[in-house]
Amino acid sequence: MSMSTTPLTPEIVSHEGNAMVLSMGPQHPSTHGVLQIMLEIEGETILKAEPEIGYLHTGIEKTAENLFWSQAQTVIERMDYLAPSSNAYCYCLAVEQLLGLTDRIPERARQIRVLQAELTRVASHCVWLGTHGIDLGALSAFFYCFDMREKILDLQEAAGGARMHPNYLRVGGVQADLPSGFMEQLDALMEMFPGRMRDLRGLLQSNPILQDRLVDVGIMTQEEAQDWSITGPGLRATGIAYDVRRAFPYGGYENYEFDIPTRTEGDSYARFLVRLDEMEQSMRIVRQVRDSLKPGPYAVDDTKVMPPPKETIALSMEALIHHFKIMTEGFRVPPGDVYQAVEGPRGELGYYVVSDGGNRPYRVRTRPPSMYNLQALKGLAPGNLIADLVVIIGSLDPVFGEVDR
Amino acid sequence: MEVGPGHFLLAKLDDVARWAQSSSVWPLTMGLACCAIEMMSATAPEYDIGRLGSEVFRPSPRQADLMIVSGRVAQKMAPVVKRLFDQMADPKWVISMGACASSGGVFDNYAIVQGVDTIIPVDVYVPGCPPTPDGLLYAVNLIQQQIREGGRGGLLARA
Repeated sequence: MSMSTTPLTPEIVSHEGNAMVLSMGPQHPSTHGVLQIMLEIEGETILKAEPEIGYLHTGIEKTAENLFWSQAQTVIERMDYLAPSSNAYCYCLAVEQLLGLTDRIPERARQIRVLQAELTRVASHCVWLGTHGIDLGALSAFFYCFDMREKILDLQEAAGGARMHPNYLRVGGVQADLPSGFMEQLDALMEMFPGRMRDLRGLLQSNPILQDRLVDVGIMTQEEAQDWSITGPGLRATGIAYDVRRAFPYGGYENYEFDIPTRTEGDSYARFLVRLDEMEQSMRIVRQVRDSLKPGPYAVDDTKVMPPPKETIALSMEALIHHFKIMTEGFRVPPGDVYQAVEGPRGELGYYVVSDGGNRPYRVRTRPPSMYNLQALKGLAPGNLIADLVVIIGSLDPVFGEVDR
Repeated sequence: MEVGPGHFLLAKLDDVARWAQSSSVWPLTMGLACCAIEMMSATAPEYDIGRLGSEVFRPSPRQADLMIVSGRVAQKMAPVVKRLFDQMADPKWVISMGACASSGGVFDNYAIVQGVDTIIPVDVYVPGCPPTPDGLLYAVNLIQQQIREGGRGGLLARA
């Protein structure tokens, strides 16, 4: 096993004048994961910041090539581990395009997917808000956020069987219908949500200490955001209302009413406010889905892709054969390539999927929003204090499972 | 039991010390991947690891008793994990949280260390991908039990 640490080469840090080199991370409470930043500081002021990534490189894209199309989704869910359902959603949409199934997905399945994607966005923003609060010394927000997140995880567990990586969304629909009692739990969450958001806004948004820390820190202009390919809340905080759900609608998002929250300041506080507004918009979509959800099939009626229901296996020879074939050799996807993007909690999350006609993906290339957003750090950090760097990292909300993959 | 003025308790110093030590197992603030989020959930109100006295996450390895390897250990991260473990003061314990840390999990590939026990000694393995916070709490319980029984990692024992 090779074990080497990165040497401090002049490309990473150049040592000039009175500057001191400081390595922040990869084990640091405020880097939100295993990020290392090589800092050049003079006193408390940052002269240069060089993010060093790769401490969580998992080889997910390569591993996916050795798994069946359906199995690959398991590792893909583990990329952005704060929003597993968004990853799965994007991958499923891409594979369905290759299979030519896009128009055959039942309405109920499409609605359930939107529901899960929006719930996962709220859960992800809960973690962001809680940890951002901790970075700034506001511990109580963390408790409120994680309490709400638990309610969403309970819903995911009820539907998919696991708290964090439910693997509930599948190519062709969802794995099973929503369980009994799900709607009641969802209603309880929707009832609790407005009050909890009011609490959080009261605790944080109007808090003068928090405003002192966030306002005018890490200002990104529209041009910079575009040059750096920033997407998601970071871009919308500069005033550009780009949202994949609106720009390239997928999975039925054109049927729901929602606003795209934007700000024009481009600072950390603007990114903070955009995310808070997004949580409310997500719950607005969840409410619309909940009100319009009709009974019906939850997966495409094609036993070449979707295993037949368990209860039919003992009764029908064909069902048994299809089940056996899918479980042992997966399904085959016609040759071709496709790029599919969804609006993940952190921005445009895209999968470029290539098939050579086999039962395993030929290539699954990811466009992880966190990685592109993290680039901004290099430009935003110089001139700020070290304490402000913590704020900037928090407001960019990177997830390293996705950055390093 | 109420202890008023004039009352006293008799106990072996060893037992009292172990009781105190087992009730203040402070973990290191080291999050690696998905499991780190469940580790944070364990500190949140629903599970509240503070009931076991382990809510004091220390960012410095010098102040920590317990390393929770929460997630997949990449080849690049392995030397860092090893160094952090070496920097922790004796006695110290390690929980390998989740399938990836314990065995590489689903990531049987070039990038991931196939089990953190190939680089540092592990006391308790927690299965799951990721394990529920209850699983982590149980692991902390097992560590406490080890300490109370005076096994490896007693009052003055070295790791």
